[in-house]
Amino acid sequence: MFEKLKKAFGGSKEEVAPKVEEKVEAAAEAPVETAPAEEPKAASSKPRIGYIHLSGCTGDAMSLTENYDILSTVLTDMVDIVYGQTLVDKWIHGTYAEEMPEMDLCLIEGSVCLQDEHSLHEIQEAREKSQFICAFGSCAMTGCFTTFARGGQQAQPKHESFVPVSSLVKVDLALPGCPVAPEMIANAVVALCEGNLEYLQPAMDIAACNAGCGCDVLTNIIRNGLCTGCGTCALACPTRAMGFSEGRPSCDRDRCIKCGSCYAMCPRAWLPIKRIKEETGL
Amino acid sequence: MPLGTYKEALSARATDSKILEVSQDGGIVSALLCYALDEGIIEGAVVAGTPDEDWRPVPTVVTSSDEVIAAAGTKYSMSPTLSALKEATRQYGLEKVGVVATPCQLQGLRKAQAYPFTRFVVNKIKLMIGIYCMENFPMASLDTFATAKLGFDSLTDATKMDIGKGKFWLTKDGEDSGLAIKETHGYEQAGCNICMDYVAELADISTGSVGSPDGWSTVLTRTDDGNSIFKAAVSAGLIETKPMDEVKPGLGLLEKLAQGKKDKNGAERERRAKLGLPLPVEY
Repeated sequence: MFEKLKKAFGGSKEEVAPKVEEKVEAAAEAPVETAPAEEPKAASSKPRIGYIHLSGCTGDAMSLTENYDILSTVLTDMVDIVYGQTLVDKWIHGTYAEEMPEMDLCLIEGSVCLQDEHSLHEIQEAREKSQFICAFGSCAMTGCFTTFARGGQQAQPKHESFVPVSSLVKVDLALPGCPVAPEMIANAVVALCEGNLEYLQPAMDIAACNAGCGCDVLTNIIRNGLCTGCGTCALACPTRAMGFSEGRPSCDRDRCIKCGSCYAMCPRAWLPIKRIKEETGL
Repeated sequence: MPLGTYKEALSARATDSKILEVSQDGGIVSALLCYALDEGIIEGAVVAGTPDEDWRPVPTVVTSSDEVIAAAGTKYSMSPTLSALKEATRQYGLEKVGVVATPCQLQGLRKAQAYPFTRFVVNKIKLMIGIYCMENFPMASLDTFATAKLGFDSLTDATKMDIGKGKFWLTKDGEDSGLAIKETHGYEQAGCNICMDYVAELADISTGSVGSPDGWSTVLTRTDDGNSIFKAAVSAGLIETKPMDEVKPGLGLLEKLAQGKKDKNGAERERRAKLGLPLPVEY
C-alpha cells in the first residue's frame, strides 16, 4: 500500500520500520492511565490518529480529504482514526467515545479559544493521551486569522481570545498553511507511517513557533541580509499580501492573516538540500 | 564538482534569426521555451520580462513564441519570478509550466517541490531552465553604473546590457561602454554574497555565456527530462551545438568562476557565522 503513495507523492524509497509506536492497550473502555507504556509492536500495526477540530474553518480537514486518490487507502489500510469529530464521530462529549483514547498522533486543527472550557480541556487531555501532537494548519500553529478575533459575536459573544496550540501545550510538529496543502499532508502522512522523521524535522523544528506573520521575512530574512528577491514567499502567500518593492517582499499587513506560509517556504529560512538532491538526483 | 551534477556540457546556439537578434548570447533559453511550447511540453512559462523597457524586471507569464521573444535577454536586477507561478497556474490555468530561474530561485522551486506547502502549483512545473548567475543588482546600482560611472544621462538610454570579458557593458546608439567588473563590486545585493551556486545546479538545464565564444552559450543538461528536451530541440533543428573542447575559452573558465564564487561566498558565510548572524538552516 505504501508503494502507491510513494509513487504518487515521491516519498522515500526505502522501507523504514515505523517509529511511531503502537501501545499495547486499547483504551476505549479501559480507565485512562497516565504515561502509557511504549512497546513497539509488529511493523504491520497501524498508527492511531486523532483529529481534534478547534477554532478553524475545517479547511485543513477538507484539504486532507482532497487527497482523493490515496484517501481510502490511508484511512482503511494505513492508519486508524481513533478520535475525531469531523472525520469520525468519536468525540468526548460526543456520541460514542466517553474517554479520549490513546493516540500515536493527534492532529489539531484550529486555534484554542481561551473562553471555551471544552477546548481547553480537550487539548490538555490530548496532550496526555498522544505521543505526538501536530499543529495541523496555521490556525493551530500561529493562530492565523483567528488572531484578529474581537469577540462580541453570536453564538457566544464572550469568545474573543484565540491562541495557538503551542501557547498552552507542547506541540511536537507543525504544518503551516491556510489550509495545509493536500500534497504536503500526503507527504507528511507517508513520512509518519514510514517513520521518516528526517523529512519531518523542519516541521518539528518550527513546532514551538506561535507567531507566524508576513513580518517574518522582513525581520528574519531581509534584515539579516539573506533575501535574494526570488519570489517564493509571494507564491506561498494565500491572500496575496506579499508584494514586492525594490526586489524585496513587502507585506501588506491589512491582507496578512499571519499564517506563516511565506517564511516556511523561503529557501533562505531553511533549505532541505539533502531531500532535494535525493528527489532530483542532482 | 564546481559545476554540480550534469549529463552533458555543450556549446550551443539557437538557429532562428528572430531569436538571435534579441537574445543575450546563444538564445538557448528562448529556443528551448519556443520548442517546449510548440511541442506541448509546456503550455506557458514564467520569465523575467521588462514590459516598460526600463531594465526593471517584471515577472511575466508567456504562452507563445512571440511573447518569449519579447521577453528575451538577461535582466541584471531582481525579479520575484516565482510569484508569477501562482498567476500562471491559477489565472491562466496552465497545467504544464516552464520556469526560467536563477540559482536562488531554483532553490525556492526545489524546496517547494520537496515540501509542497502551496497547493497544486509545483506539480505543474515541467521544465526548469537555470541561468548562470554570479550576483544580482538593485535597480539603483544599475542607475549608478549608467549615470555616475559611465556618464549616461539615464539608464533607460541603454539599449543593451551585458556582463562579459571582465566588464559590465551598456550599449547606447550602437556604441558599447564597458565598466570594469571590479567597479561593480559592492553594488550587488547582500543576499547574493552567501550563494554558493553559480551554474544553476538545481535546474533541469543550465545555460549562460561563460565558456563559449561570442554569440554562443554553454549548456549543462542535468536531469533526464532536461537532457531529453534539449536533445529533442537539437534534433528538431532549433539549436546547433559544438563540443566544449572545440570552443574557447572552454569549460575550464566556467569551472574557475563557479569555484571562485563558492570560495568567496563560503568565506562570507564563515564571516557572518563568526559575527553570530544567521545563515539558512540546511536539512
